[in-house]
Amino acid sequence: MYPGDFFYTKDHEWVQVKGQEAVVGITDFAQKQLGDVVYVQVPGVGTKLSSHQTIGSIESVKAVSDVFSPVSGEVTAVNAELADSPELVNQDPHGKGWIIKLKPASPKELEALMKAGDYERFLEGLEK
Amino acid sequence: MKRTRFYPYQQKLGGRMIEFFGWEMPVEYTGIISEHLAVRQKAGLFDVSHMGEIHVRGPQALDFLQNLTPNDVSRLAPGQAQYTALTTPRGTFVDDLLIYCLEPSFYLLVVNASNSDKDFRWVADHAASFQVKVENVSDAFSQLALQGPAAQKILQPLTDIPLARMKSFASAQGRVAGVSSLVSRTGYTGEDGFEIYTSDPSPGRLWEAILAQGKPYGLLPVGLGARDTLRLEAKLMLYGNDIDDTTTVLEADLKWVAKFKKGDFLGRDVLLKQSEEGMTRKIVGFELRDRGIARPHYPVYVGGAQVSQVCSGTFAPFLKKSIGLVYLPVGQTAVGTAFEIDLRGRRARAEVVPTPFYKRPAI
Repeated sequence: MYPGDFFYTKDHEWVQVKGQEAVVGITDFAQKQLGDVVYVQVPGVGTKLSSHQTIGSIESVKAVSDVFSPVSGEVTAVNAELADSPELVNQDPHGKGWIIKLKPASPKELEALMKAGDYERFLEGLEK
Repeated sequence: MKRTRFYPYQQKLGGRMIEFFGWEMPVEYTGIISEHLAVRQKAGLFDVSHMGEIHVRGPQALDFLQNLTPNDVSRLAPGQAQYTALTTPRGTFVDDLLIYCLEPSFYLLVVNASNSDKDFRWVADHAASFQVKVENVSDAFSQLALQGPAAQKILQPLTDIPLARMKSFASAQGRVAGVSSLVSRTGYTGEDGFEIYTSDPSPGRLWEAILAQGKPYGLLPVGLGARDTLRLEAKLMLYGNDIDDTTTVLEADLKWVAKFKKGDFLGRDVLLKQSEEGMTRKIVGFELRDRGIARPHYPVYVGGAQVSQVCSGTFAPFLKKSIGLVYLPVGQTAVGTAFEIDLRGRRARAEVVPTPFYKRPAI
């Protein structure tokens, strides 16, 4: 259920690296915890982020949650669809609900993240 | 944690459970927004069994309750209910509640789950000098709320009680799905609807029957998340957020609840004085004018100075706006007054708006 080519953080973000571009979003687990998303606050294109730095926040009806960048890099795109359709984060968190794209500064950072199997085990541990 | 008698049914439906003042309750099933919209457009079924129930009976029951609450209990014929408060001698809130007249000299008080034990102690302590018996029957009662434009259509086939002519805040005893119940035309959503109380120890068939009957009408089970967004759109108070023992009945914009002419009640002198001299602050409704959601306790600024904090605030799913309630200095409470709210470090513009935010369409 969690895409095999993504990497995952303990804060429930995912990152997918496609050559020189990394796409970032939150996981299905995170969107379920949040409930109906109503606002997604994102940084501007060109913002330089360090790994673990706050990207912005996601507001749902009942909670607000910070989103942290899984990797360092410069923001090259933000998902403009989320302004009018924030529910994409709930409906398709691993696809159309992507949040930012960035140019990763250091590919080695992925080694510190979890692969799909590790993330799924991590989630099982949380549920206990 | 305590569980209501409907817990197994909620689990079966996949309700996401949270802790609510010692109770394990569903916060949502299909999602707050879909549940909220179902109540506004079709119908929703809430388990509100965690609420507290207190029986007051005896030859001096009326006198006792007249003294204890600001509204005029003598207006209640058997079967009628009213919204009121348990007031302190300062005119502030111990709780808000409904009082039902079941029979002459026999009343039912329905109080907030969060205050159940506190309210019972308050009522029992004040009963000492009256010829009344006060009984905490919260554990015996289960309660469901069926709310929405389709509520009557859904409920009528299940009950012998004629609903079409049941007026708002009226009630009747009867059977619903074979379960002996008190049914009232009351609710906490701003929609038409009914609350159903039963002391039947196995009320599960009530839940199942209503859900089954309501399915073709789009009835959804609804959790506490949407219960809060619905009541806020309708500008209904929530104890702990909007009213408490520091806010007076008048400051809370509930002047209509205080019937000064009926005789003495706890806090009457203070409230009368406040109504004559004026208040220093009053609760108002606001809308955000910038993106974001104003949540409880966020700081509120007028003219650059912090004056209070948000009491209740959310994104209103039906109105599709961020709304909330706040106490402002009485000179700043006119509709259209602009002020600011600190949303986690970012100042957002807000404006005082008329309330209720939502009023159900007249039929």
